[in-house]
This record gives sequence, structure tokens and C-alpha cells, in this order.
Amino acid sequence: MDVKLINPFINATLHVLETMAFMTVKPGKPYLKRDNVAKGDVTGVIGLTGVANGTISVTFQERCILSIVSNMLGEKMVHLNEDIADAVGELTNMVSGQARRELEEIGRVFKAAIPSVIMGKSHSITHYTNGPRIAIPFYTDNGDFTIEVCFER
Amino acid sequence: MNTSIKVLIVDDFATMRRILKNILKQLGFKNLLEADDGTTAIDTLEKNDIDLVISDWNMPRMTGLELLKWVRGNKKYAKTPFLMVTAEAQKQNVIEAVQAGVSNYVVKPFTAEAISEKLKKILK
Repeated sequence: MDVKLINPFINATLHVLETMAFMTVKPGKPYLKRDNVAKGDVTGVIGLTGVANGTISVTFQERCILSIVSNMLGEKMVHLNEDIADAVGELTNMVSGQARRELEEIGRVFKAAIPSVIMGKSHSITHYTNGPRIAIPFYTDNGDFTIEVCFER
Repeated sequence: MNTSIKVLIVDDFATMRRILKNILKQLGFKNLLEADDGTTAIDTLEKNDIDLVISDWNMPRMTGLELLKWVRGNKKYAKTPFLMVTAEAQKQNVIEAVQAGVSNYVVKPFTAEAISEKLKKILK
């Protein structure tokens, strides 16, 4: 996969979390993920079409997303529920939008679908293409989350 | 900035509506209505006298751009301030929104200050 497609998603994630949840997030080293089991407890998935077709997912550990949404809404969130699922959908949407802006600047134009959200321990993440899944872990003071980027070969 | 006006917030994500409501309340706005897509927004616009529309772009059933076109084509709301708050910030999106008569544009993610500044501009 073209690495130029990966960095905008890392940059977008840092910017979205910093702006909307006032959190400093540390990215880890990207790696090739070989299974479809989510690293987190709640996942947002969004399809992208354009110069390449693919999907991105953002999967959060429970503690991490509760902390993020608490910061976003200014109220303490204690359980995974519909509010959390909704917030994960919007976060996925914002990461997608922000990354697409940066990709457009290097001549790669994408359109995005409406995101979907999956919740539960050890759920599967289905990417709609058969390309390599590049996973990027992110670390916060309150747990971790992982982005997966998968574009067709 | 007149904060006694009636504001309609349109976004399919309840989280974003809550964030925008929190910001608007902090700015002093009290008359806040919400809709989760364009068609519900039109229903609310027809039943109320709305002074400002704040809308997302990418929504199921009816997009924010389609809502904007409806608003600008409606005698009652043709000149009503319309703020697009959206993750869709590619050049073509901005051009289409400007051509359709958007009053201003805020890109998600945003700060409370960004919303405040845009509102001051379009409500002055």
C-alpha cells in the first residue's frame, strides 16, 4: 500500500482528538494486521471511494472511549451505550474528513460513506477490500485505540 | 450578537448536536431546536420561525447541501443565516456550498472559538 495514504489518517486522528476531546495522543508504529478481530470494544468503520477504494476503522478500548466522550461532552460517561456508539461514528467521520482534506492536497480525492459502528468484546472488523490491513496503535493516558486502513491492492 | 434568536441545529449524530448545543448555550443562546436529518429539519422549519440554521453536510435521506438549497428556495428563509458545520471540506464541497448560498462554513473538528467567530460574522 502507498504509505502516502497512511500518514493523513495519523495526522487526522491526532488533530481530531486534540481539538474535540482536548487529549494528547501518542501514535505507535504501524504494522500489518493479519486477523479481523478488533483490538478495541467499540469500532467505527467508514467506506472510502475515489482514486482507490477501501475502508478505515477506528477501534477503542472501553476505558479510552469513555474518557474521550466524557471530554467531548463535558459530562462523565461510565458505560458503553448508544451515546458512545454515536460519538464513535462522529469521530470516525471527522477522522475520515480531515484525512481526505490532506489527501486532496496531494491530488488524491476520496468520497466517504456514512460510518457504521460495532460494539462488543472481540468483535470482527470487516474491510470491504482484500488489500493489506495497516494498523496504527494510539496511546492515551486512559487506554489505547487503533486505526486500521485498508485499500484495494 | 443577538442570542435571543431561534436556532435549528441539524446533524445525524446526536453527539455533535449536543456539542453544538453546549457551545451555543455557553454563548448565551437559549432557543435551540434540533433535527437529525434534512427532512426533519424542513418539517421543523415549516412549523417554526427559525432565525439561524446550523447544519451538517453528510446525512442520510437528505444532505445538508440539499437542505441549504431548499432553504434558499423558500421565500420565508431565503435570507436566513445558514452555517454549514461539516467534515466535508474538500474544495468542491466548499464551492458547491458557496454557490448554493451558504452564509459561512466551519470544518469539523472545530473549537468553540471557531463557532463563536463564525456566528459573530453571520449574525452581525
